[in-house]
Amino acid sequence: MASNSSDRQRVAQHRLRIITGHLQRPADGDADIQAAECKAQETKPNVASSEGRTMPRRRQEIMKWNGWGYSDSKFLYNKKGQAEFTGKRYKLSGLIIPALKDWMEGTFGASLQHKTPATPILNTSAVQPPTLNEAFVDEIKSTGIPFSHDPEDRVFRAHGHCLHEIFALREGKIGRVPDMVIWPSCHNDVVKIVELACKHNVCLIPFGGGTSVSSALECPPEETRTIVSLDTSQMNRILWIDEKNLTAHVEAGIIGQDLERLLNESGYCTGHEPDSMEFSSLGGWVATRASGMKKNIYGNIEDLVVHVKMVTPRGVIEKGCQGPRMSTGPDIHHFIMGSEGTLGVVTEVTMKIRPIPEYQKYGSVVFPNFEQGVACLREVARQRCAPASIRLMDNEQFQFGHALKPQVSSIFTSFLDGLKKFYITKFKGFDSNRLCVATLLFEGDREKVLQHEKQVYDIAAKFGGLAAGEDNGQRGYMLTFVIAYLRDLGMDYYVIGESFETSVPWDRVLDICRNVKARIVRECKDKGVQFPPLSTCRVTQTYDAGACVYFYFAFNYRGLSDPVHVYEQVEHAAREEILANGGSLSHHHGVGKLRKEWMRETVSDVGLGMIKSVKDYVDPNNIFGNRNLL
Amino acid sequence: MASKAVYLHRDPMLKKRDDFEDILEERRRSSDLRYALRCYTPLLYKGLTPFRADELKTMVLQSDQLQYVINQVSKQTSVTADEVEAEAAAILEEMAHHLQISTIRFFAFVLSKVFKTLFRSVCVNEEGVQRLQQAIQEHPVVLLPSHRSYMDFLLMSYILYTYDLPLPVIAAGMDFMGMKIVGEMLRMSGAFFIRRSFGGDKLYWAVFSEYVRVMVKIGFAPVEFFLEGTRSRTAKSLTPKLGLLNIVMEPFLKGELFDVSLVPVSISYERVLEEVLYARELLGVPKPKESTSGLFKARKVLSEDYGSIHVYFGQPVSVRSLAEGRVNRSQFNLMPRHIPRKPGEEVQSFVNDSAYRLVRAQEENMVLKPWVLLAVLLLQDQAAGDGRGTSLDELTERAVWLRDLCRQFGAFLHWPDHMIPSQVVSSSLSLHRGLVRISEGRVQLALDQAGAEARRPLGAATPEEELLNRAVIVLSCASYRNQALHVFIRPALLASAIQTASSNQKQDVYNSFSFLRNMFSNEFILSPGAAVQDFEEACYLLVKSGALQINQQEVLVTETGQKTLTFLTSSLDPFLQGYQMVCRFLCEEASEGLTEKRFVPAIRKFIVQHLLTGRLRHAEVLSSDLQKNALAALLRLGAVRKLRGRGEEQLEVNKVMVNSLEDTLGGNLPTQKAVVARL
Ligand SMILES: Cc1cc2nc3c(=O)[nH]c(=O)nc-3n(C[C@H](O)[C@H](O)[C@H](O)COP(=O)(O)OP(=O)(O)OC[C@H]3O[C@@H](n4cnc5c(N)ncnc54)[C@H](O)[C@@H]3O)c2cc1C
Repeated sequence: MASNSSDRQRVAQHRLRIITGHLQRPADGDADIQAAECKAQETKPNVASSEGRTMPRRRQEIMKWNGWGYSDSKFLYNKKGQAEFTGKRYKLSGLIIPALKDWMEGTFGASLQHKTPATPILNTSAVQPPTLNEAFVDEIKSTGIPFSHDPEDRVFRAHGHCLHEIFALREGKIGRVPDMVIWPSCHNDVVKIVELACKHNVCLIPFGGGTSVSSALECPPEETRTIVSLDTSQMNRILWIDEKNLTAHVEAGIIGQDLERLLNESGYCTGHEPDSMEFSSLGGWVATRASGMKKNIYGNIEDLVVHVKMVTPRGVIEKGCQGPRMSTGPDIHHFIMGSEGTLGVVTEVTMKIRPIPEYQKYGSVVFPNFEQGVACLREVARQRCAPASIRLMDNEQFQFGHALKPQVSSIFTSFLDGLKKFYITKFKGFDSNRLCVATLLFEGDREKVLQHEKQVYDIAAKFGGLAAGEDNGQRGYMLTFVIAYLRDLGMDYYVIGESFETSVPWDRVLDICRNVKARIVRECKDKGVQFPPLSTCRVTQTYDAGACVYFYFAFNYRGLSDPVHVYEQVEHAAREEILANGGSLSHHHGVGKLRKEWMRETVSDVGLGMIKSVKDYVDPNNIFGNRNLL
Repeated sequence: MASKAVYLHRDPMLKKRDDFEDILEERRRSSDLRYALRCYTPLLYKGLTPFRADELKTMVLQSDQLQYVINQVSKQTSVTADEVEAEAAAILEEMAHHLQISTIRFFAFVLSKVFKTLFRSVCVNEEGVQRLQQAIQEHPVVLLPSHRSYMDFLLMSYILYTYDLPLPVIAAGMDFMGMKIVGEMLRMSGAFFIRRSFGGDKLYWAVFSEYVRVMVKIGFAPVEFFLEGTRSRTAKSLTPKLGLLNIVMEPFLKGELFDVSLVPVSISYERVLEEVLYARELLGVPKPKESTSGLFKARKVLSEDYGSIHVYFGQPVSVRSLAEGRVNRSQFNLMPRHIPRKPGEEVQSFVNDSAYRLVRAQEENMVLKPWVLLAVLLLQDQAAGDGRGTSLDELTERAVWLRDLCRQFGAFLHWPDHMIPSQVVSSSLSLHRGLVRISEGRVQLALDQAGAEARRPLGAATPEEELLNRAVIVLSCASYRNQALHVFIRPALLASAIQTASSNQKQDVYNSFSFLRNMFSNEFILSPGAAVQDFEEACYLLVKSGALQINQQEVLVTETGQKTLTFLTSSLDPFLQGYQMVCRFLCEEASEGLTEKRFVPAIRKFIVQHLLTGRLRHAEVLSSDLQKNALAALLRLGAVRKLRGRGEEQLEVNKVMVNSLEDTLGGNLPTQKAVVARL
């Protein structure tokens, strides 16, 4: 139960403002999308929330069918040719972004004259009629669990957010989609569904938030059985909070923003904040081994999970206690985490929670060049004093950040303005074409945050870093939520792109950044891309032994007959380059189907065999047939 | 896989090559002084952070690699790390270059004068220079010139200066260091010095490799070295040495650089300054130590006409593309990269194949002058002939025939088509009048006047001395013929194979070919493991030139083809006979206790006997280069083994095997199968 202490309430309010700061209004909750009491639920959940959940069963009510995020929020060029972000949800909403046009034209050679608009509405006649296993459908009906074979519902669950997936939708091209969608509202519903699926041999694909970027949600085209998308979004309650042990037991379909908001009401948080947290789900995080921005304080998903329940064709797998650490043979959680929906459905998770931090402070540091920045991050990691988040952007991203500066708004004033610009570029001899910026987020009690902040800035100074203000840092983090929207704007004007990530030992960070960026440029040229691509990176996480590196890559595809194919070839080459330079196949996006060709070299033959034999035991008939990983 | 790298099946006639510009022309028109002092602002590598030469040394000494080895050596020898580091610093001091623009300007001035006196022209392909300029800005560049003369690296720096390109740092052999002033001058013009042998000296290797690696990594300057390791005394390309190539490729393989560009450069001399010196050296007249005074004595050289030089900057080769699909770079992922590790088999064979490919690229862009063709013909005539020589008309006619054949084989032949052939022939002969004698319209090698000047004033020379004097002329001439050998070598091996094969079945011919190719792979540039490609290339060329017809099963010589085949086999003849001689020597004369060192004098004596008694016609066989190559081949094939005993390693000869190799070389068939099987 939420504490009544008004102090806590206050902190919670404060936190709500900051963390979900991109949301200006509470989400449009409305009573009838709220989860109905699960009929099978024996104990009454002791955490009830007054607020509704963000995600309705019919996602199309609030989300785009062929782009990122909420239907009401998007970038567009207005009649004056100025970029603008619509809607009311985000801080950037309703604002003009004057520099974006020049940046897009300058960086990509894009032009407002050359438009590639998306198909406006989903043509449902293009959707294959469902192949339904009648016996299965009949039995499901009798359970009373809601389901649908409406084409829109099915198309919504046939994809994640890879470039090729969204590109196809924009062109109105629709491939294999699930034959039906089903919405369990609790663990027991899932048990029934899985039993019936096994009985009737239908294929189940768990669907959480749909933010996958690894082709994990794509239906295997060769699948001939009925494909059922098991949408967990209505399993979204916090079942209990244990303040003595600081854990919360939560249904796996809850999406990040709801989880944080509800916990915040009780004065807690998980601290798990992947950039996709507005839409991605707890079950999805577990299934993909997700990583949140603030892992330095709270840990990645594998550090946060205390107990997991997963329904498999063999039955339910879970541990018998909630001991914080066990030596009981291989940790079965590690069969579950990263299983990417191939073994079963994660239904409930006990997760660590923390009191909401008293104080948060953003910050930023400018370095004369990327090399110095990396050296600084390495030192910060060596001293194990990384703030909640520390990210280092290369020069291209730094410039990009500037292009996203909206007109008049105090929080967006840039340090490059006026005197400061003069100071940095002239006095300190920083070259604005080489400098790069790190954004920081500190959390904790005030005293310690300030101390911590000083420690980090002192280290930065040793590497030529110059404190560049709180606003700049905050803006950086805020932008991570709107950047996903930007790709849709690019696609309106012949620009396609994507991000991908890796983890790599410290001594290779610079090499991998340089080589992968250069490889992208070279491949684009070789593949006939007519304009120089945007090829940029940032270091987004630090570890004792290495870092997570994120690459962004986009190009103007005018003049190419099959841009997606070119795009895929370049991304493939970039991944090869990553592996050749000692990077991992993935730090957190997972493997899905997009990267599974490299699994063998990633985990060795024996490793692959182990994974396979687990699959064979748990799911011999391949009910969970999304064909990820293996 | 290797085939793609080594030989592309395309018509060699269509090989496109750039045009040349004479850079001396400008020098003859304007002031050398102004040229030497002109403003020099080369476009540099885009990723370059500028360093001074002394900063470079600190970087090397401080590098993880070197520090690691220093600590290792210190532990193993229980000498303190500081002392080992001091030793490393001393090595570096001895090694490091001291590139200074002022010295380059000095050389620019002096060399302008020298070149103008010695050479008619110094021709450079400017498109190649432009490509190089582009490459230098993109990635660190390694320059790989062919090595025929001391002149080579001064010439290279001179050209780069002329075209406003960054000056290279050059790996040079330590022997220059003997020449005090010159050594220092060269150091200041960018040379760095490597000991000729440093066997197991771990520290030396570490300093040296790190020094080169750092320069490549930071793009300090183009690094230049000679793949062949030393000057070729025979004008044949030498089997590439892999050490430096390994070092410069490593930063790419380990991911420290996106790419490295390797630029093969072919330097062809119409007349090599060292012409006669080389021949003497090959015959065992000891090589004069490279002393300063010695070099200045060479002033006499200045009064002669050395024709022209052609320098061809080849297509830059990207190490990244070479390695594509060949090397799995992730093999370096599991160990810290600064810990030195012997390259694995995959890397070794990759570096080796690349080296061969680069040497072949050098060969392909070597300019051949008509004289080279004349040398081919005159040597054949000399070996076959009656001492009467060849009539000029006949020589001209055959030269034209050979010219056409060469062109079909893709040679880079500079034959002045605007001149009538007889004129071409006579002007070629006149530049080399030291080597040929023309009387009564007949031409032959100037064997009888050979050594006229060297001949003792009193008393006649011994027959042996006369023989050696003649051999000087033959070997000098051979060094010109050798320039063209790379054009013929594969078809010539095929021609010989056809002659010796048990049938004209394709498989039999291939077996013979493969045997010969294997036998001669220390002699000519034949990439290891590329037998099939070489065979196909040879077949392709001979079919195209109309000499052969090849169907599914058989290889057939056409009526007109016989002439070509005879020509080709004769060009291989000296080598075949030479190798047989080596075999015979080893079977007949090799006694207990033969060492590698004593091998050359001993076999020389043996061959002299055979030549004097007329049992052997090819004086060329006296070349120690050929003898050593043959021995190396026999060692490689296991017919001779080195035995570690007291003192020097002794050679143990497997007489049965050597004997059967000799037979097989002589076209004696029965034993061939056994030998081939054993290879
Ligand atoms: C803009 C953007 C930003 C992102 N930022 C991050 C980030 O910062 N950190 C990060 O880690 N990832 C990030 N991702 C990737 C993605 O959000 C994560 O992989 C996330 O964990 C997926 O969760 P989801 O609920 O959306 O799962 P979905 O996309 O619905 O599914 C992903 C996979 O998990 C399976 N799955 C889903 N739910 C369950 C369940 N309950 N039981 C079993 N299997 C299940 C599915 O079958 C599928 O194979 C980002 C993606 C986008 C588009």
